[in-house]
Amino acid sequence: MNHFFTITAIILSIVMVLPFYRLVVGPTVFDRMLGAGAIGSKTLVLLTIVGMLYGRVEMFIDIVIAYSLLNFIGVLAAAKYLEKKGIEP
Amino acid sequence: MNILAVILIIGGVFFLTVGSLGVIRLPDFYSRTHAVGKSDTLGLLLAMAGLAIYHGWHIDSLKILLVAVFVGLSNPTASHALARAALRKGLAPWTRGGRT
Repeated sequence: MNHFFTITAIILSIVMVLPFYRLVVGPTVFDRMLGAGAIGSKTLVLLTIVGMLYGRVEMFIDIVIAYSLLNFIGVLAAAKYLEKKGIEP
Repeated sequence: MNILAVILIIGGVFFLTVGSLGVIRLPDFYSRTHAVGKSDTLGLLLAMAGLAIYHGWHIDSLKILLVAVFVGLSNPTASHALARAALRKGLAPWTRGGRT
């Protein structure tokens, strides 16, 4: 079962490279924020799988909860800021 | 019980891959918000459910399901807020003929 988790972690790490293209060469600033949010959503699953591999889910799941809250608040605050006084698209 | 967990995790990784391909290939910002807000949420729900089933009857499984429920509520909210900010800022939608 550890081989399955290792292969899944490698595939998920390859998939996480794809929104980084949108983060680098987005036409507007909203596209870059969307790519950052998409990377953050995949990091949650990868971190839980790493916790399964180490056999220490009790420690990693708290980090996953904190990271999920921080990602949500960050995207929401960036959206509210860009609506009021961001640069023109 | 491990077979059900493996099937759920494979389905979740498939939907995450489809969402990541949609972020690259779609032509407009609003289409990309559509790809992120639906496909990534479903993939994360399936993967977290599979991991919670594999872990068994433990308190950490309830924490994993709590993360899944919170992300299922929060990820479409963040996507909708970002799209509304772009619309009020004046970003024009993409059309086929080039006219807005």
